[in-house]
Amino acid sequence: MPSGALPITVRGLVRRYGRVAALDGIDLDVARGEFLTLLGPSGSGKTTLLMILAGFIRPDAGSIRFGDVEMVRTPPHKRNLGVVFQSYALFPHMDVAANIAFPLVLRHVGATETRRRVQAALDLVQLGPLGSRRVDQLSGGQRQRVALARAIVFDPGILLMDEPLSALDKKLREQMQIELRHLHRRLGTTVIYVTHDQREALTLSDRIAVINHGRVQQIDSPQRLYEAPASHFVADFIGDSTFLNITVCDGVARWRDLAITTAKPMRDGRYLLVLRSEKLMLDKDSSALNRIDAEVIEVVYQGDSVRIDARLAGGEVVTLHELARAGRIASWPSPGDHVRLALDPADTILVPAP
Amino acid sequence: MTDALNAAGIRADARRERGMLAALAIPSFLILGTLLFVPVGWLFFLSVFGDSGFTLENYTRMVVEPAYASVFLTTFELSGLVTVLAVFLGYPLSYMIALLPPRAASVCLTLVLVPFWTALLVRTYAWLVLLQRRGVVNSLLMNWGVISEPLALVYNFTGTAIGMLHIMIPFLVLPLYANMRAIDRVYVRAAASLGASPTSAFWRVYLPLSLPGLAAGTVMVFVICLGFYVTPQFLGGGRVTTISMKIQSNVATYFDWGAASALGVALLIITAAVFWAFSRLLPLRRLTEIGDA
Repeated sequence: MPSGALPITVRGLVRRYGRVAALDGIDLDVARGEFLTLLGPSGSGKTTLLMILAGFIRPDAGSIRFGDVEMVRTPPHKRNLGVVFQSYALFPHMDVAANIAFPLVLRHVGATETRRRVQAALDLVQLGPLGSRRVDQLSGGQRQRVALARAIVFDPGILLMDEPLSALDKKLREQMQIELRHLHRRLGTTVIYVTHDQREALTLSDRIAVINHGRVQQIDSPQRLYEAPASHFVADFIGDSTFLNITVCDGVARWRDLAITTAKPMRDGRYLLVLRSEKLMLDKDSSALNRIDAEVIEVVYQGDSVRIDARLAGGEVVTLHELARAGRIASWPSPGDHVRLALDPADTILVPAP
Repeated sequence: MTDALNAAGIRADARRERGMLAALAIPSFLILGTLLFVPVGWLFFLSVFGDSGFTLENYTRMVVEPAYASVFLTTFELSGLVTVLAVFLGYPLSYMIALLPPRAASVCLTLVLVPFWTALLVRTYAWLVLLQRRGVVNSLLMNWGVISEPLALVYNFTGTAIGMLHIMIPFLVLPLYANMRAIDRVYVRAAASLGASPTSAFWRVYLPLSLPGLAAGTVMVFVICLGFYVTPQFLGGGRVTTISMKIQSNVATYFDWGAASALGVALLIITAAVFWAFSRLLPLRRLTEIGDA
């Protein structure tokens, strides 16, 4: 980890547009060198938060510290941040090398040193020989890499990224995600990354902050967030889920008349059982599992798996995925079949009913 | 089989489509041809054929006679000054309008355009009312005690420049505003995030991106100024003689169509040269591609 990486502390950040609070009291602690993703639906306030961190939007109140230095009233050009924009924002009147050299020229780095660092940055993003290209001669993926090179060439302690991969096609996006992980490991910069793509967030992040209605709903590691969501919103936003109303009475969890074995004892109250499509199985005849009767309504072959939609007694439709593996194909049900679905007690996820 | 399936028919369709497109342009070609090229050709003919046949006398006179040199000099000085002032006034104005929210921007743009819709003569006379010896401007300044004697604001170079500047501003603002509106603000943000102060972001990023519009506006203003007649005629008070006024006096006073035609041709050549010089100085083609990048 380079000595330059800085922790970020955000306290009580508020930004209103008229009567609507885009940010409604954000508190956030990002460790030095951490990769934190802000994940949320559009309009949740995640981009506003990033723009305030970059200094492009003034908050109404709050504190932002990079390391020990209060930054909330510092203009953007004095924050020493690398920012990668969704549209890349490469200067069209400069070639690739001039774009990357731009922050170095502003910092009065000598010509030889500038040339060396520009080339090093180009090599880092695997664009070695493209320095003299014009921006409009680059593909989307190459522009993305140039934008990244330009944002890190001056060794900023913090890197902000605003949906940088959203303009790329799926295959390139997944490749870039892995490259970003490697790059982050090599540079050790503190990264705040905005996306609405949950899979991207899960792939990249040390921790994910789920934002909605201008508030941090939950901040946790990808695994904790997925396996132990704190609320209905988080459970619904991440993963492919159906919710069943559960009542816990005298320590026994029930859905309708069916007792559900949970991973750990629950306090009495009303909950939602989160049924993730990959946790449900067609019955394997094991008595340790929770078993639920269902009627198959749709079977869709999707290449790597088969998607089965089934209706439960209460009318809820659940989805499960069966991997398309040899030996399983013959046992796929057909629409109209009555099946039993199984859920391992260790895979039961309960969130408080809203 | 020598011809692929339907190939001949498909080619014929493409040909017919191109032909129909060309037909759409025929009316404007005809008008341009008859109303522009024929008269200009006639002018050129008049300028080199006098009563005694072919002569370059009308052109040599322009070079030899000092009166002509001073007319050319005045025209260029006036046009240059008005263009420079228009840039200094029009650039910040366009910038402000481009940063406004769309509704406010269209109101401001309308305000810029309203004088544009008023008759040229009306606006020129309005400046007379404002600038003359006992006009609004001098009266106010004297009442406030800023000056004791009325300033000579009209019937001279100053008055001509003021009047022309006012008329020229929209010609600069319109193309410049269109260009600035198309500049994504994310470029300035990106510059700031990379460490550029607002001043430095302007010089290094915003100004270069607005150059195509600035160049278009500047050429437009300068070229219109070169051929301006009404405003210098009325606000110059006879002390300012431009090329266009010389043409007018050659025709109306001296009935010398040859001399007038030669001046007209010279003006046309100068204008074309200005266009050419600007397009060489600025790589316009590359700069106009900025919007798509």
